[in-house]
Amino acid sequence: MNLLIKGGTILNPAAGLYQNLDILITKGRIAKLAPYIEDKNAEVIPAGGKIIAPGLIDLHVHLRQPGGEGKETIKTGCAAAAAGGFTSIACMPNTNPVIDNELLVHYLKGVVEKEAVVKVYPIGAITKGSRGEELAEIGLMLQEGIAAVSDDGNPVESSYIMSMAMKYAKTFGLPVVSHCEETSLAKGGAINEGRQSTLLGLKGIPDIAEAVMVARDIMLAEYTGAHVHIAHVSCARSIELIRMGKSRGVKVTAEVTPHHLILTEEDVGDFDTNAKMNPPLRTAEDRKALRKALKDGTIDVIATDHAPHTREEKSVEFDSSPFGVVGLETALSLVLTELVAPGHLSLEKAISSLTMKPAQILGLKTGKIGEGAAADLTVIDLNKEIIIDKEKFYSKGKNTPFDGWKVRGVPFMTIVGGRIVMKEGKVKFKGEE
Amino acid sequence: MLCEKSLSLFPRCLLKKNLLDIKTLNKEDINLILERSHYYKHLTKEGRSFAPVLENKTIANLFFEPSTRTRMSFEKAAINLGGKVINFDSSSSSVQKGETLLDTARTVESLGVEALVIRHPLAGAPSQVAGEVGTPVINAGDGCHEHPTQALLDLFTIKDIKGSLDGLKVFIVGDVLHSRVVRSNIWAFLKMGIEITVVGPYTLMPPGLEEMGIKVKPCLDEELRQADIIYLLRMQKERQQGGLFPTIKEYKKFYGITQDSLKNVKAKGIIMHPGPVVPGIEIEDILTRSPQSVIQEQVKNGVFVRMALLELMLSGEVKN
Repeated sequence: MNLLIKGGTILNPAAGLYQNLDILITKGRIAKLAPYIEDKNAEVIPAGGKIIAPGLIDLHVHLRQPGGEGKETIKTGCAAAAAGGFTSIACMPNTNPVIDNELLVHYLKGVVEKEAVVKVYPIGAITKGSRGEELAEIGLMLQEGIAAVSDDGNPVESSYIMSMAMKYAKTFGLPVVSHCEETSLAKGGAINEGRQSTLLGLKGIPDIAEAVMVARDIMLAEYTGAHVHIAHVSCARSIELIRMGKSRGVKVTAEVTPHHLILTEEDVGDFDTNAKMNPPLRTAEDRKALRKALKDGTIDVIATDHAPHTREEKSVEFDSSPFGVVGLETALSLVLTELVAPGHLSLEKAISSLTMKPAQILGLKTGKIGEGAAADLTVIDLNKEIIIDKEKFYSKGKNTPFDGWKVRGVPFMTIVGGRIVMKEGKVKFKGEE
Repeated sequence: MLCEKSLSLFPRCLLKKNLLDIKTLNKEDINLILERSHYYKHLTKEGRSFAPVLENKTIANLFFEPSTRTRMSFEKAAINLGGKVINFDSSSSSVQKGETLLDTARTVESLGVEALVIRHPLAGAPSQVAGEVGTPVINAGDGCHEHPTQALLDLFTIKDIKGSLDGLKVFIVGDVLHSRVVRSNIWAFLKMGIEITVVGPYTLMPPGLEEMGIKVKPCLDEELRQADIIYLLRMQKERQQGGLFPTIKEYKKFYGITQDSLKNVKAKGIIMHPGPVVPGIEIEDILTRSPQSVIQEQVKNGVFVRMALLELMLSGEVKN
């Protein structure tokens, strides 16, 4: 059946403007955009007063399947994405086994086909087993549909292997997503190295553990001509390096998470393991620099680094707890409430960093609204207020530092390829028509 | 004598005492070698005998690295022209007792030989020897540097089949980074007006090729249709551990020549390979024996080219 979204305001970053247009969707695609459309055969969705954005894209998600199904599955992670307004996600290969060959990518595609309510773009490993020793079969994985390569969580230590990985990824036109961490500097650390780590008696992870690697990878990208995407930038030092890289014409892009944009090391509070992630929350100065960098374009995208863990895993001593927080179901509301409303970021920039920009980085055709384009859309209610309740998450992971936060602005509806996969917070799973 | 008669057709011999590289070999010398190679091939076809222009001359093969075709080809070339060959094998020589490269070369020179043919795993070894000894030195392959006689026999093979060289297009596929054959052939091809495209993953591409007017492509694609010559390089399994490419399987998938990829090649396109061919990696085994493959022809021609070279270097008037 056709869908007709009526009376909404389209925010299409690719066109750079707001327009009040009706949208007619047939056969999964946007058939028509016009000030007034009538179609007696269509299901009408009244969207007066709401914003219609291209479907949100999160290029940094951990779906945990295979091997970590206690934390998350493709089915639950994609439901969480739909609930949060995301229509496309890219999933990291640090599962068990690591996604480092074509058969595993093929397996993922099979599960996605059957169970995912949103589009999933697998990211393949850079090296076999993400051990940082030998290149993975990047070309064969590309034929199965990977969108990038990354050894996220297991940063490639050897500069030689990283340079080879960049040259090899460039051969196939793929970006290298780099989790920048110089492990010898970060080893054993739990939170940012600073006042808070001193007071809590925890070993710190200094910001230079990240910045040193950012510097290396930007230099390697310049040397190889490859596209490097810096994952979850957390500190001011990294931003300076990225800014310099961009000014030199290096193909470097970067992402920042909502939690790094909103929280600081102070939010670790009294050993809250739900505020433990890698890279860690930094200082207020770093947060200020991240906000500015997103605003001026030094940082290109907002990505969640959605990293679900079980309650049991997080309910241990701070040092023993795994790194990571969930983010898919809170990202949009938090960005609207904590960044857009106080004026740190324009709504246009926020939406563009969640749609068009990640699409460009991964080379996806989505991320924009236009006739003929796939009907991946997110309808946003800017005025609705809710209290974040982790118990209502579709994600198996309840590890969020934002539980109980009051937010204003929520995804009202998520449409993927013309199918409504979420309406007013309720996800429609495959088979539930 | 046949030889003298034919030599009189040429106003001069090679300009250079040694053959160390193609980089510094001029086009006239290349043409001279090709013409003389043609002469020897012609004699062979007609079943005529060769004049013993190397009579009473001894060639020393100094091979510090394994070789089948190059060493035996030099040997056969010398024998065909009445010369004698003494072989040196580093594994059973005084090199094992610590004798250096230069001392070895001086020792062999003192035995009384007319040429030193040197194959060495390290780049520059033949040049160093040439700087120390008065005997002509022929580079039979040094490290990743050059393999000039391979380039000459490749040019001869192409010219023999295509009639001329200028304006042809060659696609060189594979491990360019480690290939001494490529480092001779690019000079040979450029000097003779052959357009070069190299194809391989960027991990196997050395820098600076574009500046020489060579096109670099990361993937084999329909552009292969333009190729008059597909020149394949040996993919060395030992490279796999070095982080240069993931697996032989993936390499084959993207850079192996299959019957399928040959559909994209001109009917008159030829496949060349310097050898040794590793069956089933850079080319499907069956294709090495296909009508388009001239791999065995290259080996045959190698003898004629080396005969021409030895003659031109050793029997006539040689100017330094």
